[in-house]
Amino acid sequence: MTPLLELSGITKHFGAIEALAGVDITLGHGEIVGLMGDNGAGKSTLVKIVAGNFAPSAGDMRLGGRPVRFGSPLDAREAGVEVVYQDLALCDNLSASLNIFLGRELTRGIGPLRFLDRRAMAARARELFAELKTNTVPGDLVKSMSGGQRQAVAIARTRLAEPKIVLMDEPTAAISVRQVAEVLELIRTLSRAGHTVVLISHRMPDVFSICDRVIVLRRGTKVADKPVSATSPEEVTGLITGAIEAA
Amino acid sequence: MSSNPGRPRFDAVDFAAQYAAFIFLILLVIGFAILQPNFLNPFNLLNVLRQVSISGLIAIGMTFVILTAGIDLSVGSLVALCGLAGAYVAKGGLDSRFAIGAAEQAGNPVWMATGVAILVGMGAGAVQGLAITRLRVPPFVVTLGGLSAWRGAALLLSDGGPISGFTPDYTWWGQGRIWTIPVPVILFAVAAILAHVVLRYTRFGLHVYAVGGNAAAATLNTVSTRRIVFSVYVIVGFFCGLAAFILSARLNSAEAVAGLGLELDVIAAVVIGGTSLFGGVGTIFGTVSGALLIGVLRNGLVLLNVSSFVQQIVIGVILVLAVAVDQAAMSRKGR
Ligand SMILES: Nc1ncnc2c1ncn2[C@@H]1O[C@H](COP(=O)(O)OP(=O)(O)OP(=O)(O)O)[C@@H](O)[C@H]1O
Ligand SMILES: [Mg+2]
Repeated sequence: MTPLLELSGITKHFGAIEALAGVDITLGHGEIVGLMGDNGAGKSTLVKIVAGNFAPSAGDMRLGGRPVRFGSPLDAREAGVEVVYQDLALCDNLSASLNIFLGRELTRGIGPLRFLDRRAMAARARELFAELKTNTVPGDLVKSMSGGQRQAVAIARTRLAEPKIVLMDEPTAAISVRQVAEVLELIRTLSRAGHTVVLISHRMPDVFSICDRVIVLRRGTKVADKPVSATSPEEVTGLITGAIEAA
Repeated sequence: MSSNPGRPRFDAVDFAAQYAAFIFLILLVIGFAILQPNFLNPFNLLNVLRQVSISGLIAIGMTFVILTAGIDLSVGSLVALCGLAGAYVAKGGLDSRFAIGAAEQAGNPVWMATGVAILVGMGAGAVQGLAITRLRVPPFVVTLGGLSAWRGAALLLSDGGPISGFTPDYTWWGQGRIWTIPVPVILFAVAAILAHVVLRYTRFGLHVYAVGGNAAAATLNTVSTRRIVFSVYVIVGFFCGLAAFILSARLNSAEAVAGLGLELDVIAAVVIGGTSLFGGVGTIFGTVSGALLIGVLRNGLVLLNVSSFVQQIVIGVILVLAVAVDQAAMSRKGR
């Protein structure tokens, strides 16, 4: 079976900074992969490349065996990539439900004369929030929300489509213990349904409890890529800090 | 855990920022009505509305721009250019610029003049929009350039003099009435309703708010920020063209000094109406209230024989107060 996503030689320069230096990653169907690394290791940059937000300076992407080049986040979304961004990418001045549907709003009307269907969007948002067991209210403005509620909005967004890959950039950084469990359970559900999930996290227990595989980035290079069963939190910590060169 | 955490509570500062202009407008109307009974005379009120409709129309377009956290300083100059372009077409050139009545045979039908005025406005808006989105020059700078350039173009086109004396079906758009309502007022009302519907009920309107709220987030969510920003400058250009045509019809003349300082009235109306200069917050209802507030204030002060110098000071003070309220609302949101 061809892998779902193959990244080869992905490189990204920001001026003089080399955020990624030739990274190769392969993701299988339904896999849960933990992506770890110190601050500035290049994790978010990698996410934004797969999400079509940045073009790589060099390297190729293949999706289902076919070469792809995402010129915009829309290309990536249409190809089945959903993302929870580290900064959540929310508009403070809009309600939770409008944030969830931003870019793919539900409308009704006749022909080209279409109007926002706010009620339908709020109803769907309410369902998604119930699934995530969060107390977020669809009609509330995001600016009045707690960190955890904001994170729930960003996660709910990935549930609108049937994505092939969900990239989660520290989705559990701001949420309560109970909600962390919900998010981890959601990731398992996604994986069982055949979706591939990449979880970026600084929390060892999260990665070790749900991931099949862990990849470690250090200063833009991949220094480890192995099944969780073949490593330990101690080894991964050493790889992240550089105490262990590579594994 | 309470059953409904995060419910929006009543928030006095938010409320003030949103409806201050409307509330103040009502208070002014009551105040002037008491001090000067002539104020409530229907002719006077319709007159106020007619005076407001030119800057009001442009303020509707400006609301779109400011919602994206942009600004357009060029509207006054653009009104001069569009008005002249339309007048030029109506008269078929500069040769018959002062000719009145039968002599305008050489001219073109009114719809062509209107169309050209509006197209020039949209074209100028498109140029500014491209400079902002493609060359990444800040809107303030681009439109400051436009303020100078469009005025220069207007002077070039008119050779410095006015173009005046239009046919009655041209001047009807500025001087005519339907029943007793002046035509410009009707156009202003229709435009306000349409703009409200677009902003509140369409994807495009939502994306205007999203870009103003957080442009980076909007982009990540597949909103084409560039397209939205470009569009709002074309929209304000459209309204400049329409307003310029109406103004020239009302004055029966177009000239290169038309619309001098108009950007001040327009931006003041939008900002007093509660639209945040930081983008993402504001309504057409607020802008209409803001435009009416300025119009009523001017008119009332004139009726009370207050000098026009004092009027300017009063409007300036209200503008700053409106932004102060906006800032207070903003800083409490931790932005
Ligand atoms: N838009 C950008 N412009 C310039 N430099 C950038 C940009 N985005 C990231 N970088 C740089 O690229 C490097 C990698 O950043 P990245 O955000 O990918 O790290 P990260 O692994 O996600 O870190 P963290 O754990 O702190 O989120 C850093 O040195 C960062 O400063
Ligand atoms: Mg990051």
